[in-house]
Amino acid sequence: MNGPVASLNTAWFALLGLVWTVYFVLEGFDFGVGMLSVAIARDDVDRRLCRNAIGPFWDGNEVWLIVAGGATFAAFPLWYASMFSGFYIALFLLLVALIVRGVSFEFRGKRDSRRWRATWDAALAVGSLVPAFAWGVVFTNLVHGLRLSGAGLFLGNFWALFTPVAVVGGLASLALFVAHGATFLSLKTSGPLAARARVTSMLVSPLGAALVAGTAAWLASGGPPGPGLVGGTVPIALAAACALAFVLSGVLVRFGRDGWAFALSALGIVAVSAAVFTALYPRVIVSRGPGPALTVWSAASAHYTLVVMTVVAAIFVPFVLAYQGWSWWVFRQRLIRPVPQPGPAPVTSSPRPRQ
Amino acid sequence: MKVMLSRWQFGVTITYHFLFVPLTIGLALLVAVMQVLAYRKRDPVWERLTEYFGALFLINFAVGVVTGIVQEFQFGMNWSNYSVFVGNIFGAPLAMEGLLAFFAESTFIGIWLFGRNRLPPLARTLSICVVSVATIVSAFFILTANAWMQHPVGYRIVGNKAELTDFWAVLRNSTLWAEFSHTVLAAFVTGAMFVLGVSAWRLLRGDNPDAFRRSAKLSSIVALVCVVLVMVTGDLQARLMDDQQPMKMAAAEAVYKTQAGASFSLLTIGNLSGQPVFQIRIPHLLSLIATTSWNGKVTGVAQAQHAEALKYGPGSYVPVLWVTYWSFRLMVGFGFVILIASAWALWRTRRGGKPFEFGRWTLWVLVACIATPFAANTFGWLFTEMGRQPWIVYGLMKTGLAGSPSVSVTDVAVTLGGFVFVYTALGVTDVILMYIVARRGLGPDDPDHGDQQRRPGGQPEASELVY
Repeated sequence: MNGPVASLNTAWFALLGLVWTVYFVLEGFDFGVGMLSVAIARDDVDRRLCRNAIGPFWDGNEVWLIVAGGATFAAFPLWYASMFSGFYIALFLLLVALIVRGVSFEFRGKRDSRRWRATWDAALAVGSLVPAFAWGVVFTNLVHGLRLSGAGLFLGNFWALFTPVAVVGGLASLALFVAHGATFLSLKTSGPLAARARVTSMLVSPLGAALVAGTAAWLASGGPPGPGLVGGTVPIALAAACALAFVLSGVLVRFGRDGWAFALSALGIVAVSAAVFTALYPRVIVSRGPGPALTVWSAASAHYTLVVMTVVAAIFVPFVLAYQGWSWWVFRQRLIRPVPQPGPAPVTSSPRPRQ
Repeated sequence: MKVMLSRWQFGVTITYHFLFVPLTIGLALLVAVMQVLAYRKRDPVWERLTEYFGALFLINFAVGVVTGIVQEFQFGMNWSNYSVFVGNIFGAPLAMEGLLAFFAESTFIGIWLFGRNRLPPLARTLSICVVSVATIVSAFFILTANAWMQHPVGYRIVGNKAELTDFWAVLRNSTLWAEFSHTVLAAFVTGAMFVLGVSAWRLLRGDNPDAFRRSAKLSSIVALVCVVLVMVTGDLQARLMDDQQPMKMAAAEAVYKTQAGASFSLLTIGNLSGQPVFQIRIPHLLSLIATTSWNGKVTGVAQAQHAEALKYGPGSYVPVLWVTYWSFRLMVGFGFVILIASAWALWRTRRGGKPFEFGRWTLWVLVACIATPFAANTFGWLFTEMGRQPWIVYGLMKTGLAGSPSVSVTDVAVTLGGFVFVYTALGVTDVILMYIVARRGLGPDDPDHGDQQRRPGGQPEASELVY
């Protein structure tokens, strides 16, 4: 590999790491809120407050996944092909989860029936839980290593993905996203709902921290195929930073510092995602034989494609960040619970556009 | 067997996805136009129409989004050999679609939907316009990818991969521009016929006739103009196809032997392999369509097969003829039904006429015509995708070799069944909800709405709950 080719490959690996990181930070909290909308909501208004807290953002958050998929396809076709066909059934379940969760937002309020609303509440909760767990399993497997053929394709079935360490990794991502979502709700809602969210965050944040630390330690002590080019200490330090950030986040929530707490849980997810990608580099899927690992060189597109993609990304990513940031600014207020009205509460008829 | 199941899965999921996509693109345009009219004229009637059709747009949009992710993932899941082969070229438009279109679409829909009381009307109006533009940009990039499969350009083959050599060539692909204009205009027709049909239904129910006559007029103009342009661009595409994929053109007509001054068969009963029992033919029309000359030479299936076998080696290069023959005819036929229906509707809404007072069954026909663009879209894509077979990338890779080696037949069977189940449930729910929401009719005329947050009083105002 000559100089510029190698560095562009590394740059695209880093950029993809960034896209996945942003995806986990953003959709992470709305997965958490999705689960909590059932777990800590006491009535229909609470559940609607949870939904509306992520309402303007969840769809934009999910686009980061679409871009991660598309950019992996473009920059590292073999990575995309091997990972997506290798995790076939897992990704199918994830897709179904994202489908029922996505439509639940528009569908839930359209019929005035308790059972109907309960169905879509469950869809949001389960549709958030499955991906929150699945992403942990998927990325733990990439770091831990899969059995790959000579052509770089996965040799194994759905059940082979659920090694003990991968299950712990899945639980870690699940706990982190619940904690992140609880901290987000502490920040975005008010009154008793926010109070319950704070308690959840205080309880689950340290649990997530412990699970991340456990997964990292387990992976580090896993023996061959061993660390990548960055070495073993950096990812361990990043995982530790994640654990620390979440512990602190839980403490700050206790003292009502919701904004700082959310910033820390976001930073924690950045750290753990960085841990995954530094542990991988220069590999994109670690191999447990018989074939070699897929790397940023063996899995990549040719130089010209990477150049085209770099130019396009350099021009358009700033715009995306700018208007997504603006949308965050527009919808920055805390949600305030409507004052209970005498008579039967008109909980299902949202103001417009659904009368 | 595995490839067969994967093809069924891709076919089922993409057909389903593409019921929602053209409606999203078309409704985004019409809702944006209504919102602009409401804003420009400070007109509460257009504002209420915007909200009404906006609510239907959002239900439809949600299903389009979630079924779209399935499509992106499926290339890697079921077609990993294909993904490795084309990733250098095919991945870039997918990534760009996300970066340039989906981000804007999702973010600005959120702003439009949740910004009602938080943003000035101009910002909301511009937001829905951005959404409309983004849906069109998204169509452009995904069709860039599809057009490359129909007519690969700007590449070289290195080892077992196609490598990109000229990105501008990929963007300038003649097939792309023919497909893009044809598809997007057809999507506008879809949105317009939907608005027209729903308006006709509300008129039948006597719900706000003044308002729904406006939306009927707007949509019949859009439908008529766009369906004419769809025909023009379809004609351009047929000529390109005759040049680039002669087999597909021959298969559209099931012409066996190359002939000059070829007639177009309107209807064939019997089998397509040369012994029709009954048929109606229009002399010279096929030559006109394919070559714009009265006696132009149209390649037959047999000759196209011979030519491709010489070029690519032995094997059959003939698609399933009854599919291509009938899907082509049905697409064109439904197009003409739309032309007549929209022209008629526009004629009846003209100034001075007595709009929509000419019998209830006419309005019911317009309601029924909601289905026609969906049928035409589906048959059009069935034709162009089935007509490309046995190729997945024309001339470069055959569909049979494109599958995923690491996925088992059982896996695909399970997911195919799963998708069919989930999508059926979703489709039924979607239609019922659209019906429920459409039935509620236009919201009340409420000029004070929007001042909610500026009410006097010390208590902080409760948040507006949209979901």
